[in-house]
Amino acid sequence: MNYLLEVKNLYKSFTLHLIDGRTITPVCDVSFSVAAGEHLLIHGRSGMGKTSILKCIYRTYVPTSGTIWFQSHQFGRIDLSRADERIIIDLREREIGFCSQFLRVLPRVSALDTICEPLYRQGLDRTAAQEIGREWLRRLGIAAELWQASPMTFSGGEQQRINLGRAFIARPRLLLLDEPTASLDETTKQVVINMIRAAQREGTAIISVSHDLTGLGVYADRQWTFPSR
Amino acid sequence: MSEQWLLRVEQLEKHFGPGCPVCRQLTGPTTGRSRCPRCGTVWACVDVNLQLHAGEVLGIVGESGSGKSTLLQMIYLALRPDSGHIWYRESDGQLRDLTTLNRYEARLFQNTHLGIVYQRPELGLNMRFSVGGNVAEKLLLAEWRHFGRIRVRTSELMNKTELLPERIDDEPTTFSGGMLQRVQIARALASHPTILLLDEVTSGLDVSVQARVLDLLRRIQWTDRITMLLVSHDLGVVRQLARRTIVMKNGHIVEAGLTDQILEDPQHPYTQLLVSSAL
Repeated sequence: MNYLLEVKNLYKSFTLHLIDGRTITPVCDVSFSVAAGEHLLIHGRSGMGKTSILKCIYRTYVPTSGTIWFQSHQFGRIDLSRADERIIIDLREREIGFCSQFLRVLPRVSALDTICEPLYRQGLDRTAAQEIGREWLRRLGIAAELWQASPMTFSGGEQQRINLGRAFIARPRLLLLDEPTASLDETTKQVVINMIRAAQREGTAIISVSHDLTGLGVYADRQWTFPSR
Repeated sequence: MSEQWLLRVEQLEKHFGPGCPVCRQLTGPTTGRSRCPRCGTVWACVDVNLQLHAGEVLGIVGESGSGKSTLLQMIYLALRPDSGHIWYRESDGQLRDLTTLNRYEARLFQNTHLGIVYQRPELGLNMRFSVGGNVAEKLLLAEWRHFGRIRVRTSELMNKTELLPERIDDEPTTFSGGMLQRVQIARALASHPTILLLDEVTSGLDVSVQARVLDLLRRIQWTDRITMLLVSHDLGVVRQLARRTIVMKNGHIVEAGLTDQILEDPQHPYTQLLVSSAL
């Protein structure tokens, strides 16, 4: 089978220089693969290193050892754990999306501009980008009177939706979602699940970390329980 | 990843003082000193290597006195390095070593290819000239000669930096801190530079003005695809603007990487201290 992403024997350790150089290893010999259009859901106890796996793939964390093979449109088969930073930046702009649990954006920038940011980065014209941005805000159920307000003033659930919109809007081929439905009501949760399914139909591979086994979990193609230590 | 590097800094060094045979052993990040205790020489930049790619924003972080501004000044050709090279790729692909330019060539290069914005507006602006005069001065230095075109370009820049064009003839002293930073940005961008150097541009501004200046810089970067080198000790500013970041300590680069990696998975003990100290 041709996988879009293959993680092999991944280890991630942190050396805490400020606490006597102590080392902790949250990710220990992890291997899995995901095909295009597939949704893998990772669940397990908090603090076990589930998010660390997503961050290693996105290269926010530098993997200690192991390989992360990604089948890129632009660069062919490439090991994300060792790829040049410039390649990672390019992949983040066009092929790999990440939605974290927290929204970190510039204050005083409108929700519309915030959600359009990935498109601006790609060099899309402002009017065209905002057209797409409005469509996503509508789909995510953000009231139109909030579009010009800063998401920093939004509720937790609204911020989460903006965060999801920013990840989906660039139509990446691999989407990494960290607790995508954690602070959403049932209706919005269903909207997000539909978004995920629509992205899957377009061939996007999804890796989500979630405790929501009865909601999101039902729709995942595969579930993987992250082992407790 | 089509863009090649635009600017490449190779083994750049700058020290202030006479130097002595043990200077290098007694200074640097492992000793925690930039100043040699034996001869008093300050080693501001030692063996600095970096590449700046077209259209990217590179952040430089580090505590005060780590050599960030000295590095920026050398790249701005305002300070001559003791050794090393600063390579610049011209639009026709030719490489130029900027450290070999004579004073006239350096000044012309500065005025046509580079723009700088300082933390303190009085360093970047002539406070006795009008705002329009400050922007026009940069254009005159870049060998623009047509008064009408200079005036049009100045108004254009004031619009772009969200300044009221009707205040073109007002003196900088009548402007607020945030507005003065925008005047500096307008001046820096006047002659369509390829590289914009930003030295602690938002330090000292109140938070709401800070956000506005950052938003402006981000928009300029997206629309004009201008390359920026951003020096800041505010990690939040760097997170918002820069994709890659280098960390300096006692004149040396101790770590370089993707900005989110530097902030969330710092490898060097100093970077861990820096990140854990941020509010």
